[in-house]
Amino acid sequence: MKAMPRKKLQIYPYLLLAPALIIMVGVVFVPVLEAILMSFKFYDMRYPNKTAFIGLSNYIEILTKDSQFWPSFGRTLLWVFFGVGFQFLLGFILALILNRSFRGRGVVRALSMVPWVTPGVLIGLVWRWLYDGDYGVINDLLIKLGILQDGIPFLSRMETALPATIVSVVWQGIPFFALMLLAALQGVSADMYEAADIDGANFFQKLFRITLPSIKNTLFVTLLLRVIWVMNSVDIIQNMTAGGPAYATQTLSVYVYQKAHVLNLGYASAMAVLMTLLMLVVAVPYLKSTFKNEQ
Amino acid sequence: MRQHTVKSACKTFFGLVLPITVFLLFLLFPFYWMFVTSVKTNAEIYANPLVYWPKEFTWATYEKLFGYFDFLKYMKNSLIVAVLTMLLSLLVSTLAAYAFSRYNFPGRKVLMAMFLSNNMFPTVLLMIPLYSIMRQLGLLYTPGGLVLAYTTFTIPFSVWLIQGFIRDVPFSLEEAALVDGCNRVSAFIRIFLPVLTPCLLAAGVYMFMQAWNEYTLASMFTNPASRTIPVALNSLIGQLGVEWDMLCAGGTVAVIPVCIMFFFAQKRLVAGLTAGAVKG
Repeated sequence: MKAMPRKKLQIYPYLLLAPALIIMVGVVFVPVLEAILMSFKFYDMRYPNKTAFIGLSNYIEILTKDSQFWPSFGRTLLWVFFGVGFQFLLGFILALILNRSFRGRGVVRALSMVPWVTPGVLIGLVWRWLYDGDYGVINDLLIKLGILQDGIPFLSRMETALPATIVSVVWQGIPFFALMLLAALQGVSADMYEAADIDGANFFQKLFRITLPSIKNTLFVTLLLRVIWVMNSVDIIQNMTAGGPAYATQTLSVYVYQKAHVLNLGYASAMAVLMTLLMLVVAVPYLKSTFKNEQ
Repeated sequence: MRQHTVKSACKTFFGLVLPITVFLLFLLFPFYWMFVTSVKTNAEIYANPLVYWPKEFTWATYEKLFGYFDFLKYMKNSLIVAVLTMLLSLLVSTLAAYAFSRYNFPGRKVLMAMFLSNNMFPTVLLMIPLYSIMRQLGLLYTPGGLVLAYTTFTIPFSVWLIQGFIRDVPFSLEEAALVDGCNRVSAFIRIFLPVLTPCLLAAGVYMFMQAWNEYTLASMFTNPASRTIPVALNSLIGQLGVEWDMLCAGGTVAVIPVCIMFFFAQKRLVAGLTAGAVKG
C-alpha cells in the first residue's frame, strides 16, 4: 500500500469520494432497494389502480407457473457457456498469433478490434441481414461452397436460431479477449520460453506449463467480466430475433426486458432479482479476486 | 538450402498468414457487407444471384438517411449524452480513484467493495426502478436522465480502470511537490493530473463508446425526439421487415467515429484494463 501514513483522521478522502458516492447511492443503491420492494408488489402500469403488496406471489408464479422462466434460464446458461467459451478460445488463439512479431502487426491488431466498438444493435441487425434466408450472404456462400443445397432461414428455425445468435456474440467478444490476453502474454518473460526450448519442451508443454499459469489472473478477470456482460446482454438478441422464433432465443435478460417494456414492472422486478442471484454466483469470485488485488 | 526456404515459407503461410487472413475475414466481412449494401441500388440489394461488388455506386441511401430520416438529429442526441456521460464519469471517478489509491482511511475497504459490487447488478434490474424514479422526477426522455442511467455502469468501471492507471504513477512525484511547499490540491492539479491525462483520455474514450453504443436503457429512457443512434437504428425494423439499405448506411456512419477514437486510445486503454488483473 502506497498510501501516505497520517495520524489524525482526515476529511480529504471522504470529500473526494462524496460526488461518486452520492451518484451511486442515487442511481444504484436506492433503485436496487426499490426493485426489491417492487418485486413484492402487483405493479403493472397498465393497471395503476391495482398496485398492491402481494408478498411472494410474483416469485411463486415465476418459479412454478411461468412456462417461460425455466426454459429461458436454461438458454441463458447455453448462451453464456458457448458464447463466452468460444470467445475465449478464439480470442486466445488470436492473441497467440498477435504475440508473434511480424510486419503489419499493429494494423492487424487494430483492425481485429473493430467488432468490439460496434453497437450491439448494429451487431444484431447486421448479422440478421447476413443470415437472411433469401438475400443473406451466409447462405449464398454456403451454397457456393457446396455445404448447402438451398438457403436456410437461420433465424426463423427453432434449431438454428440460438446457435446463430451465439455466433454473433462470439464475433463481438473475440477482440476483447484477444486484447486482454495479448497484453498479459506480452508480460511473460522470454527467458522462460528459452529455458523451455533448451529443455526440449514442445508447443503444448510450453502452453500449459508456462503460458497459461503466467496469464491466469488476467484470464480469470476477463472471463468473469465477459460472463457478466454476456449474461446481461439484451441488444444483440433483441434486434436479431426479439427472442423468437417461439421463444427459441429468449434468455433471462431478454425476457425481463420484454416484461418491463410492457410495463409489468412488479413481475419483471421479481425476475430481475432472481437473475441477480444467478449473477452473484459468478460475481462473488470476481469481487473477491479484485478485492484481494486491491489490498 | 532451397528446400529449407520452401519449408519455412510453408510454415509462415500456415502458421501466420493463413490464420490471420481467416480471422480478419471473419471479423471484418460483416463491415464490408454493411458498407457495400449501403451503396448499392435497391435492385442490387435484392438481386439474385447476390451482388458482391456493386456495378454502380449510389449515395442515395445516405441522402435519404440524412434527409427524411434526419439521422443527424440522432447523432446529435447521442453526442450530447456520450460527452456528458464521459465528463461526469471522468470527473467523479478520478477523484474517487485518487482517494482510494492515495489515502488510507477508515471505511476504505467497505466503500471500495460498494463500488466494485455495482458491476454485478444486471442492467435490466436497474432499468425498472430507474424508469419509475425518472418518471416521478420528470427526467424521463431527457438527456440528463439517460446520462444518470449510464453512470450506473460507467462510474464503477472507470473507478476500477483509473485506479489501475494511478497505481503506475509513483507516489514520490507528489511527495516531492509536497516537500517543495505545494499543498495537496495544487500537487494534485499541477503534478498529478498532467501525468495522468493521457490515461484519462483513454478512459474517457471508453466511457464515450459505452454511452454511444448503449441500447437497452436508451430504448426505455428516450422518446422519438431524444432518441440516440442505437434506438434510431432499431426503429428501422418495421412491420414488413428491416429497411436494410438505411440500416447499413446508418451503421456505417455510427461506427466510424468510435473506431477512430478507439484506435488512438487502445494502447493505454488496454494497459489500464489489464493493470487491475495482472498485479497481485
